[in-house]
Amino acid sequence: MEVNIKSMKREDFKDNEYIDKLVEELNATGANVAVGKLDQLINWGISNSLWPLTFGTSCCAIEFMSLGAARYDMARFGFEVARNSPRQADYIMVQGTIVHRMAPVLVRLYEQLAEPKYVIACGGCAVSGGPFKKSYCVVNGVDQILPVDVYIPGCPPRPEAFFYGLMQLQRKIKVQKFFGGVNRQEKVEEFFRQHPEERGQID
Amino acid sequence: MNDIKEKILSICPSATFEEGEYLQINVADKDWFPLAKAMKEDRELNFDVLTAVVGMDWKEAYGVVYYLTSTTHDWDVVCVKVEAPDRKDPMIHSVSSLWKVALFQEREVYDFFGIKFINHPDMRRMFLRNDWKGFPLRKDYDADPKLNPIPKDDEKNEDDTRSYVEDEKGKVTCVPGKVFAPGDYVVNVGPQHPSTHGVMRFRCAVDGEIVTKVDVVSGYIHRGIEKLCEELGYPQILHFTDRMDYMSAHQNRECLCMCIEKAMGLEVPERAVVIRAMMDELMRISSHLLAFGCTAMDLGATTAFFYGFREREQVLDIFEKTCGARMSMNYNVIGGVIADLHPDFVKDVKELIRIMPERIKEYHKVFSGNIIAMNRLKKVGMLPLEDAVNYCITGPSGRGSGWSCDCRKKHPYGAYPQVKFEEVLEYGCDSYARYMVRMREIEESVKILEQLVDRIPEGPIRAQVPKIIKLPVGRWYQQVEASRGTFGVYIESDGGKTPYRVHFQSPCFNLVGVMDLCCRGNMIADLITIGAALDFVIPDIDR
Repeated sequence: MEVNIKSMKREDFKDNEYIDKLVEELNATGANVAVGKLDQLINWGISNSLWPLTFGTSCCAIEFMSLGAARYDMARFGFEVARNSPRQADYIMVQGTIVHRMAPVLVRLYEQLAEPKYVIACGGCAVSGGPFKKSYCVVNGVDQILPVDVYIPGCPPRPEAFFYGLMQLQRKIKVQKFFGGVNRQEKVEEFFRQHPEERGQID
Repeated sequence: MNDIKEKILSICPSATFEEGEYLQINVADKDWFPLAKAMKEDRELNFDVLTAVVGMDWKEAYGVVYYLTSTTHDWDVVCVKVEAPDRKDPMIHSVSSLWKVALFQEREVYDFFGIKFINHPDMRRMFLRNDWKGFPLRKDYDADPKLNPIPKDDEKNEDDTRSYVEDEKGKVTCVPGKVFAPGDYVVNVGPQHPSTHGVMRFRCAVDGEIVTKVDVVSGYIHRGIEKLCEELGYPQILHFTDRMDYMSAHQNRECLCMCIEKAMGLEVPERAVVIRAMMDELMRISSHLLAFGCTAMDLGATTAFFYGFREREQVLDIFEKTCGARMSMNYNVIGGVIADLHPDFVKDVKELIRIMPERIKEYHKVFSGNIIAMNRLKKVGMLPLEDAVNYCITGPSGRGSGWSCDCRKKHPYGAYPQVKFEEVLEYGCDSYARYMVRMREIEESVKILEQLVDRIPEGPIRAQVPKIIKLPVGRWYQQVEASRGTFGVYIESDGGKTPYRVHFQSPCFNLVGVMDLCCRGNMIADLITIGAALDFVIPDIDR
């Protein structure tokens, strides 16, 4: 299956082998025709209306604001509805350095996002600690505390780089198995195994 | 200078002096508070501004270096060095009752060096979590990550505070206290909040809708830049300045370069001096345009945000062509600038100069005269002149209270003595005055650009510098006017390849210090507009 998104041509991506391999792996045991079609429908919807959580700690956040302004206009691709509450957002774009004091707050924000949820590490600091790697209180890459889907390097990345990263995420979403995959009941069970104290509060 | 010396000796006979860049006064801790009181209140000395507070670890003792400025005496600066007598349990008398700006500055010193300030009302950590082990800027700090791993648990609200009180006999006792009174209703804002302009947290005690106290919890982006600098060579530390206040990247970096150049005795070529001044003013325009856009957006006026960003992109294009980056330009280097101007530079700047006056009219039309904006900004967040001076609120926010504090005029540097511009002052003391100062400063920056654009001298863009830069033994302090106020860099060198101590005196740290004062008596909703009008940048506060 070839993965195509509306925003950018397939041949313009530089890493088509990786996404092809991913599709192959996912479909290794075959895909149910009915469920597969439903998956495609759902993924089409999700990938074209990705709502970010406004979460910026430093310089990258200003470039993200440029993305929202008229020149770069991320509304063209369906990313424009930046939400201030994690409950309404689809993905968290970590823009800027994460330090020790912020780490538990970020994890809490991630836990508050509704499934399916994605993380983009944006800029050198979020990818690896960047110029502050050797500091006494900087988390060296947000992947130490969260599962990251897409990395966007740069200090700060250009708006075009933001788009490239976001479109990579769109492609990833296009191939995900929504039914029986990311939306599994077991995941919820696993969450409660890790946080037994939350069970009573939600029920 | 000799008058000051005599005067100080008559107040405090035990003081000793060292000549340096500024007059340095060495004083023992027991004599410090009376001297400070006299220096502030004496009519002839009148050091009414506490410009910088720098914590120090001199290995044999901990101490603090204070920089004091007198607004009435030609903005004279003196430096006071106070050592803590006991290294095991370092304590110094607080001057927070004289200069309110020390309330936060001394907390920062306590956080980094563990120096306790006697009679400071609120001796808590500022940037690090309360369960942090050790004081990171001490020279013998153990940086083992096992001691301070990435925390997994949520931070407890720190309601307990303490104060070290001295009685008549000189005995110091720790008096515990509470941040909020028992009956206070406390509302939390941040750290993840769209209108705090980054990750800043305010805990507000409210009575109905009226704010009665704001407790600032900072440090959600504290990256330990000052400690990192101590391990790197001088050219290697430059890039940190671009990433502190990213909206004053050029000014901050110029300040650090100028401080190092001053210590080296290096002459910067005339062409580089003019280029630096032009870049500074372009940066100021872009910063004030962002401030305009964000203030408008915080009030819900999204259209104005688009207007501001339209011209900002034009400025960023100029940066990109010459520096190679839209943000974090890394353009200034020791001795000059890193690359020559792009051939289009003059043309692009002239185009910007041409359009800006019309565009500013447009901003005023779309936002400044709007009835909602007026109601939300006028008579809100009052900051009287005395408080602005006492809290050392420089930059557009200080000038909104009518304080003439522009570093470009008071301590002229670079190409600024060559150009004519007006120091913008507003006397409203409210959020609207601060906002208007910014808008008018864009016009002044355009004027400066207009004067310089045809006068860029030919010649080299940077001076010859040795491969390995070593500074002589000593301490230097350099100030520039950044977009948000007076930015200062303190360097102390022991003669080696790396600085012994670097301190960045950020204007935004003082700005956030007046949040409590400005917000008291206002509605909780106005907290956002007051913050937007003060326009602080969080990474500059936390560093």
